[in-house]
Amino acid sequence: MSAQDSIDAVAALPKARRDLIPLLLPVALALAALPFIPSSSTWVTLTIAGLAMGMMIFIMASGLTLIFGLMDVLNFGHGAFIAIGAYMAVLVLAPLGGWMQADSIWLNLAAVIPAVIVAMAVTAVLGLAFERVVIAPVYGQHLKQILITMGGMIVAEQILYALFGPQQIPLPLPTSLRGSFQIGEAAIEKYRVVCVLVGLVVFLSMLAILNRTRIGLLIRAGVENTEMVEALGYRITRLFVGVFMAGSALAGLGGVMWGLYREQVNAAMGGELLVLVFIVVIIGGLGSVTGCFIGALLVALATNYAGFLVPKLALITDIALMVAVLLWRPRGLYPVTSR
Amino acid sequence: MSALLTLSGVETHIGRYHILHGVELAVPEGQTTMLLGRNGAGKTTTLRTIMGLWRASRGEIRLGETRIEALATPDIARAGIGYVPETMAVFSDLTVRENLVLAAREGAMDEKRLDWIFGFFPPLKKFWLSRAGTLSGGQKQMLSFARAFIEERKLLLIDEPTKGLAPAIIGALIDCLKEVKRRGATILLVEQNFRVAQEIGDLVGVMDNGRVVHSGAMAELAADAGLQHLLLGLSLDTHQ
Repeated sequence: MSAQDSIDAVAALPKARRDLIPLLLPVALALAALPFIPSSSTWVTLTIAGLAMGMMIFIMASGLTLIFGLMDVLNFGHGAFIAIGAYMAVLVLAPLGGWMQADSIWLNLAAVIPAVIVAMAVTAVLGLAFERVVIAPVYGQHLKQILITMGGMIVAEQILYALFGPQQIPLPLPTSLRGSFQIGEAAIEKYRVVCVLVGLVVFLSMLAILNRTRIGLLIRAGVENTEMVEALGYRITRLFVGVFMAGSALAGLGGVMWGLYREQVNAAMGGELLVLVFIVVIIGGLGSVTGCFIGALLVALATNYAGFLVPKLALITDIALMVAVLLWRPRGLYPVTSR
Repeated sequence: MSALLTLSGVETHIGRYHILHGVELAVPEGQTTMLLGRNGAGKTTTLRTIMGLWRASRGEIRLGETRIEALATPDIARAGIGYVPETMAVFSDLTVRENLVLAAREGAMDEKRLDWIFGFFPPLKKFWLSRAGTLSGGQKQMLSFARAFIEERKLLLIDEPTKGLAPAIIGALIDCLKEVKRRGATILLVEQNFRVAQEIGDLVGVMDNGRVVHSGAMAELAADAGLQHLLLGLSLDTHQ
């Protein structure tokens, strides 16, 4: 038998096991909560609220997980972009109050869409500056990254305090997104449905980009082995900058959505959300967009159900969930990077 | 014959360790030059320094007439150097197809060239849409080779391709390398397996302690047991 024959006779490759268990967890959690909640309409309301919150957290966290996976950067400054995004929406929407309060959905959208675009553009540009000035000197040095990005976060927060003051600033929802639908006995807020739809669009778009485009291939390859991507002739630093800008812009989008959800913004909101965002990234597995998506849904659903059933338990739900997931899968639900 | 790659007085430091101590090496165009030596002699460091993955602290590296020691790794790759690392470094989360799509920098893969690769490495066709992480060690090495061969490169740097592989796989890799050679490729190949080196190599450089201590024709070294023993601590006869 020649060497070539031996190669031809290679045994069949074992089928790659599709790991579906994490995908089923949010469904399992929702079904597990059902018997404990007194009415099905309350369960539907809590579940939709949890999904909406999860989608917003996912949007904020997805950029961070890519930044860590690809660039090996622990960016504690990510929260600053969330807050800045929300404040940009305040600035853009302030002179457009009439359009926001109008009964026309088109006028409402004519106000909200530019606010989202400006928030994402400004946070993307600030992300570029942050990456070049703050992050670039400390690539590969995790301790310094934590210190300097945390410092950047504090500086950004203090600048927001200085510019806008320490008070809560109102960010009202446009008229057409106020109120709720009635499905059976369940009341479902319109804005929460919008959040779910936007979150799904962002998630599916990210999956499409990562799986169907050359840039996506490079990002996925770079998350695994940046050195080999460079040895194939690709300038990974450009990709780093692009991913950092996109991640910052997503944080800005998340900030706008969260601000509209709470109908107010304040300078500390980024820092407050950052803990939640990091928990989601860790639960999902560093560098995994799908893991981040599942992690965000799990955290939000668990917090909502616990908040309804045992309010005091809601304070530790996210941490308890993270501990449980890490005991089961120490590298998160869908680990990508081996770092 | 003119040298396609020339290293002159190349020194490399990794952290506070001084690994290469003035490497002198010429790789002639269209020839296969084997880089041999004991573990820790500096062979892998030499390849990584050529690729710019570790920076030369002193000396010159020329690809043709162009100095490349100060270029970034992507620019060195785009100058026409293909690299097969010791670790294979396939992207395990990507499919076989996606690994090759990335390696084909100029866009679409050349179908004829792909068929030629499949001729040597049928498992790559069989597992075209499987994740590279699910391949066996030998299949990953085939993929690593295919990534380097999917486009024409001026120079191929290949680091210990046979390490830890089954004899049948090694045979396929040797057949492939011989064909690549026949097509006129220039190869610098690090290899511990002297029998493989003898079969493929035209020229040889032997490294010890961060220097090239011998260079010449492979056939001469293969024929001289005393020189093998002196340079490599082995004799081919003892490995028959």
